[in-house]
Amino acid sequence: MKNRSLVSINDYSKEEIIRILDLAEEFEKQPLQNLLGGRVVASLFFEPSTRTRLSFETAIQQLGGNVIGFASAASTSVSKGESLKDTILMVANYSNLIVMRHPVEGSARYASEVSSVPIINAGDGANQHPTQCLLDLYSIRKTQGTLDNLEVTFVGDLKYGRTVHSLVIALSQFNTKFHLVSPEELKLPSAVKRHIKEAKLSYEQYTDFTDVIPKSDIIYMTRIQRERFPDPLEYEKVKNAYILENAMLDNSKDNVRILHPLPRVNEISTDVDQNPKAYYFQQALNGVFVRQALIATIMGVK
Amino acid sequence: MNNKRKELIVSAISNGTVIDHIPAENVYQVFKMLKLDKTSHQVYFGTNLESKKYGRKGIIKISDTYFQDEVINKIALVAPTATLIEIRDYEVYSKVSVSIPTSIEGIVKCFNPNCVTNKEEVTTKFEVLTDETGKLKLACHYCEKITNKNNMVFF
Repeated sequence: MKNRSLVSINDYSKEEIIRILDLAEEFEKQPLQNLLGGRVVASLFFEPSTRTRLSFETAIQQLGGNVIGFASAASTSVSKGESLKDTILMVANYSNLIVMRHPVEGSARYASEVSSVPIINAGDGANQHPTQCLLDLYSIRKTQGTLDNLEVTFVGDLKYGRTVHSLVIALSQFNTKFHLVSPEELKLPSAVKRHIKEAKLSYEQYTDFTDVIPKSDIIYMTRIQRERFPDPLEYEKVKNAYILENAMLDNSKDNVRILHPLPRVNEISTDVDQNPKAYYFQQALNGVFVRQALIATIMGVK
Repeated sequence: MNNKRKELIVSAISNGTVIDHIPAENVYQVFKMLKLDKTSHQVYFGTNLESKKYGRKGIIKISDTYFQDEVINKIALVAPTATLIEIRDYEVYSKVSVSIPTSIEGIVKCFNPNCVTNKEEVTTKFEVLTDETGKLKLACHYCEKITNKNNMVFF
């Protein structure tokens, strides 16, 4: 895993994923560890992202590394028309590792092929977001005590939600039973379902949310965005059908936890926040430990 | 015997390549993919010919031209049943069935407009998959999106 890029969650085997999660547990107990000794990590955010960027930069600094980079492409040579390849080659000269977020799908894979230093994909368009996936897995394991044999329900925009795609692909290695709840227009794409099928696991698709709640160990909520619907009328029809309210959790299992990649708008009603089954804010904190574990592994210091 | 005469309807060539058993409806696509409209060599072709195996087939004969594996892969995408016959001095020198490759590079455009291969100078690369009905589809190595048979655009 040393010096290897992480572009897509399928780049890691089940054992490699578990290794990162185990290491993240160590960092949760002891986050300040000067392992990088001032080594430079580039943080290239061609597209703005507050949570992911701050989480990465915190992880780097807690490891004793230095950060260079930018938080948006507007003030860089990219706005002058520099190609992605040239930008990556230049930054690879200055750094030992590149963390990148880019709006174009496949950009991180391409960068990993031209770069002399490893790349961590912090999101490439609607494609992959593997570190979000690792922190989702960490949160699931922490709250359930295991990743194996769980019933996981995904709700909302399963078509465009990249965090959903990465997590479904990763969980396909853990004998998961998938419940997929979405409007017709936003069903999980076949490119992702293929991983469930290849693992010979079962999934069910629903347009209605309520029946599946009592079965679930994890409910993974996502936001349905208005701009995904060509017909505004269609959006109006579904916009309130996938909102989780506290009363809906009355018949849920004791161990169920609600996850959400955030930002939330209205798809989880605020009365759920007080419920001990809500886990989305702790979930975000876990991102720092997981990213520390990943960076330390790729840099070969752990 | 019968078959032989049919092939002769499309003139024999002394040296070059014969592509036989092309699905009749895809003859023009193979023609375009091989850029035969640009060649300076003699080209003969026939379509809607009778074929015992395939019903209606097409055939293309190109003089003094032999194809690389990469080009043969291209043909397999639209004419998986095709046979490539190399002719030297009027004799069959070699005969191969095209086979669908497990991966292809630089032949098809990625269907996803937001894929890096459509934004930067990057050669496309796909894993070739077949769906439940046996139809070909391509999984992009970069953006991981699927390009279906109906959406394939060739360079």
